[in-house]
Amino acid sequence: MSNFAKTFSSSLGKKLVMALTGIFLCTFLVVHLVGNLQLFKDDAGQAFNAYAYFMTHFGPIKIVSYLLYASIIIHAVYALLLTAGNKKARPVAYAVQKGGQNSPWTSRNMGILGTILLIFIVVHMGDFWWKYHNAELPYAKYEISLDNPNDIQVSELPYDANRLIHSEIVDVQAGKQIVVSKDLYKIVNNAFQTWWYVLLYVVAMAALSFHLIHGFKSAFQTIGWNNSNLVPIIRFLGVWVFGVLIPLAFAAMPLYFFFK
Amino acid sequence: MSNNMNLTLKVWRQKNAKTKGELVSYQADHVSPDMSFLEMLDVVNEGLIKKGDDPIHFDHDCREGICGSCSLHINGRPHGPKQGITTCQLHMRSFNDKDTIVIEPWRAEGFPVIKDLSTDRSAFDRIQVAGGFISVNTGGAPDANAMPIPKVVADEAFNSATCIGCGACVAACKNASAMLFVSAKVSQLALLPQGQPERYRRVQAMVSQMDAEGFGSCTNTGACEAECPKEISITNIARMNRDYFTAKLLKSEE
Amino acid sequence: MKLDAKIPQGPLAEKWSKHKFNLKLVNPANKRKYTVIVVGTGLAGSSAAASLAQLGYNVKAFCFQDSPRRAHSIAAQGGINGAKNYQNDGDSVYRLFYDTIKGGDYRAREGNVYRLAEVSVNIIDQCVAQGVPFAREYGGLLDNRSFGGSQVSRTFYARGQTGQQLLLGAYSSLNRQINLGKVKMFTRHEMMDVVTIDGEAKGIVTRDLISGAIETHSAHAVLLCTGGYGNVFYLSTNAMGCNVTAAWKAHKRGAYFANPCFTQIHPTCIPVTGEHQSKLTLMSESLRNDGRVWAPKTKELAEKIRKGEIKASELKDTDRDYFLERKYPAFGNLVPRDVASRNAKEIVDEGRGVGTSGIAVYLDFAESISRLGEDAVRAKYGNLFDMYQQITDENPYKQPMRIYPAVHYTMGGLWVDYNLQTTVKGLYCLGEANFSEHGANRLGASALMQGLADGYFVIPYTLGDYLATIGPKEIEANHPAFEETKKNVVDRINKLLSLKGNKTVSEYHRELGHIMWEYCGMARTEEGLIKAKGLIRELKEDFWKNAIVTGINEEFNQNLENAGRVADFIELGELMVDDALDRKESCGGHFRLESQTPEGEALRDDDNYAYVAAWQYNGDNQPESLHKEELVFENVKLTQRSYK
Repeated sequence: MSNFAKTFSSSLGKKLVMALTGIFLCTFLVVHLVGNLQLFKDDAGQAFNAYAYFMTHFGPIKIVSYLLYASIIIHAVYALLLTAGNKKARPVAYAVQKGGQNSPWTSRNMGILGTILLIFIVVHMGDFWWKYHNAELPYAKYEISLDNPNDIQVSELPYDANRLIHSEIVDVQAGKQIVVSKDLYKIVNNAFQTWWYVLLYVVAMAALSFHLIHGFKSAFQTIGWNNSNLVPIIRFLGVWVFGVLIPLAFAAMPLYFFFK
Repeated sequence: MSNNMNLTLKVWRQKNAKTKGELVSYQADHVSPDMSFLEMLDVVNEGLIKKGDDPIHFDHDCREGICGSCSLHINGRPHGPKQGITTCQLHMRSFNDKDTIVIEPWRAEGFPVIKDLSTDRSAFDRIQVAGGFISVNTGGAPDANAMPIPKVVADEAFNSATCIGCGACVAACKNASAMLFVSAKVSQLALLPQGQPERYRRVQAMVSQMDAEGFGSCTNTGACEAECPKEISITNIARMNRDYFTAKLLKSEE
Repeated sequence: MKLDAKIPQGPLAEKWSKHKFNLKLVNPANKRKYTVIVVGTGLAGSSAAASLAQLGYNVKAFCFQDSPRRAHSIAAQGGINGAKNYQNDGDSVYRLFYDTIKGGDYRAREGNVYRLAEVSVNIIDQCVAQGVPFAREYGGLLDNRSFGGSQVSRTFYARGQTGQQLLLGAYSSLNRQINLGKVKMFTRHEMMDVVTIDGEAKGIVTRDLISGAIETHSAHAVLLCTGGYGNVFYLSTNAMGCNVTAAWKAHKRGAYFANPCFTQIHPTCIPVTGEHQSKLTLMSESLRNDGRVWAPKTKELAEKIRKGEIKASELKDTDRDYFLERKYPAFGNLVPRDVASRNAKEIVDEGRGVGTSGIAVYLDFAESISRLGEDAVRAKYGNLFDMYQQITDENPYKQPMRIYPAVHYTMGGLWVDYNLQTTVKGLYCLGEANFSEHGANRLGASALMQGLADGYFVIPYTLGDYLATIGPKEIEANHPAFEETKKNVVDRINKLLSLKGNKTVSEYHRELGHIMWEYCGMARTEEGLIKAKGLIRELKEDFWKNAIVTGINEEFNQNLENAGRVADFIELGELMVDDALDRKESCGGHFRLESQTPEGEALRDDDNYAYVAAWQYNGDNQPESLHKEELVFENVKLTQRSYK
């Protein structure tokens, strides 16, 4: 085995993979959240649909997105490998073990939380990513006044295989810009009208919160960034930004559409 | 004495490494709160011996919390319910009359049961043999004060060095990971100037032996740190990781 | 046989250098043809095994613990002496030598003690190079503290865990040699006997404590580094496993046992609480640097404290008797251990003891806490205070500690010459197991020093001389002596296993302990000793009739292990009593009530007892013969020890 392969098959190496993919996924969450904030805009989804197009068709971002998919898979596969190894490390279980007295619940249940998240990711991507790429979705036509960008007229166009996913034309004479986009916004809006679907999202975001409260700081502990100056910053980010703010903001989206 | 206790013990009995074990109940009566936990077991054993039964085997030696021989997973926690002490320093005043106490051996692939509550912890020795030393010959050492070491560094190295090798970290970890032990050993020598020449070789050798012994991986739950009788910090694990990755990924040859 | 200590001629300071030069050397290429057995892996054993392996010898090391790192050296708290004079306070090799000889009440060899002081400086260097994290000052240099029996600060320490750190250092050196394949380590193996061929040690018989397998191991020389026998008293600060078996078996094979009655009673231990107690816990002597020892001035006050009518901390200063400071103004609380212990006993005998049992005196930190602040005291002694609170459930920052002396160390042991060889050729004895450089009383922080001196800096030289003499020819591993010795071992185990009486081995051990503590403890009388001898004989007879030993040999059997050890302790107990009877003087830890100064201090009788008593075994139930090695003092003048 090469030194490289040996490194990543060692217990520490596997942990490093978990940490690096984990941190990468955390940075993705930030980008994803910033983009999704477009959903809250009162523009009938025009900005959101434009953003969806940009994210799926801009070259460099496409590359990053493949890295992202790979990271999710690697993170999950290594988690399974590590868990299997860890189970083997204790072949006979204790009759009584009070983990609650020496460690936080989240830290001992990353696997369960991770599994919830994985299920969520599959559902989430199936409903939005897959449909956006492959389903015969209707289009939204936005007519935006050039004088007043807040004056938007929206109409629906039926699915047409020959239509571009996203097009923008400026009609100077009519004094408006015409934007035609595959209407992901509508899918989102429709999806979040069902209570149990909203609940699934909220539960998943709770799982995300707990996963990150432990996971974020844990990743830095694993890579060895734990000096006394860094630790308070990492803990703050891990709990308040990744553990609270981000999951709350994500959970607000389905709730927003449900109660809108 | 009036405040003596009557207790029910459920003790793991296992004849040897090859047989299966089970929890067996024993009654421990008139237990004085001033007794140590091991002295309580001594009394139970005296009773067993008098009946001609095999006494409960457990490892113990110094009975003052420094040799690291004693172990015991007591009511779901290594070294019992109190923090910062070993089982031999646990006194019966930490329990109440009529309590049921479940006593199990350390459970880990790396620590196979020898008999009853006694386990084979020689894996720790083999990890140390793999690299837990500074290659210095007897004689010819420079004057002890030739190399000043900042007090904070010496103190930090000392804190890592206080590990008694009892294995509570492994026992507490849900993954039966030995990383707190290994990292404490790695850290002590990585912190001191004397340990620098072999620093990266050492961490690789010790981690590789640790993996070979069948211990699990760390998931940073912190249970080891919470249960360590010497309160060794998981900062050591971060330091070991850093050294290991530096050795593997940034150093060409070590 | 006339005892020849082989102390080199010439001026004190040149003895060791000259001797080293005169010792024969083994050719480097020949070293790998020799095998050396090291029994015990404490400071002496680990350091010897590592150093000999480093020279090129093949070493087989044995310990009964599950890891070499668990040997009881690990529990030493206070520190290790080294005549470095880093503090510029007048220390020197000569002063350490002088303090040790005087502290030992002039019952040690000048030559050996000087050598010990000489190599003490190398030990510190060696340990630091191994990565032992000694306490340091802010400037980065090593810190020192002072210890009982000396007026300079020469004790190096690692908080209250110096023994642990030194042992881990020696253990790491041992590990390095195991890694290099030069040491083969046998853990959970107990030495059951020494094999001798034509009067020379050529191997040992061991029992694998897990499988019960009785094995023979051959070697060109055998080193016993098996520690002290304080557990003969049942309650002591020793670990539960500490035993005399290895040394005792060697004694029965012809190694003389020297000064067996010299035991050290440590003044600062946590008092006994009840019958169930299995061991006593030491509070480091370093506590006496800042703690003040006192007892209530009168019996009446003590009585009130015992009943809980007044709290110790509330007692007025004028009602307290700081008896060490009062009697020994020059050394105060830092008098040597034997003196401090005896004074505590006197107080208790006068009825001025404290605690519910009345068998304790106070060690008080109130003054230090008000002078230095609680944090400073915590930084120095925090772990000891925690330990105290853990055991007693009392807060020593608020109430003075209760302390009482307990058996701690044994100065006696196998007789060895200057080369550390016993009276059996090829059989060496190192560390606490040998009768040693500490005379009749060991000074604090000197045990670690002696163990490491023997292992790192003495035996690597002196063993070579013997090995060069016998030559590197192979040991006949199938010599009938091996089978014969093995058979003896098996027979004895079977005899123990046949005991199906009604008393447990621990009960015998406890009884032996009571006898020893009562009659051969802090104060001894002819009458008491004679009585003790009778009691021990009865106990021995009863043991071999009525003890219960459960289980079989072919398993992990802690009851059987203990039975063998206790049986040997009983035999040793009798020898200790014989030795104490023979020595009619008082000296150091050996206090004969018949021999004291008008002030109640130990009164030596140099004209009649300036010798090492070496006892020769003559067979079961036969009286042992006494051989005297006269002690020659050319450099120090024998005076009545005074710490006033």
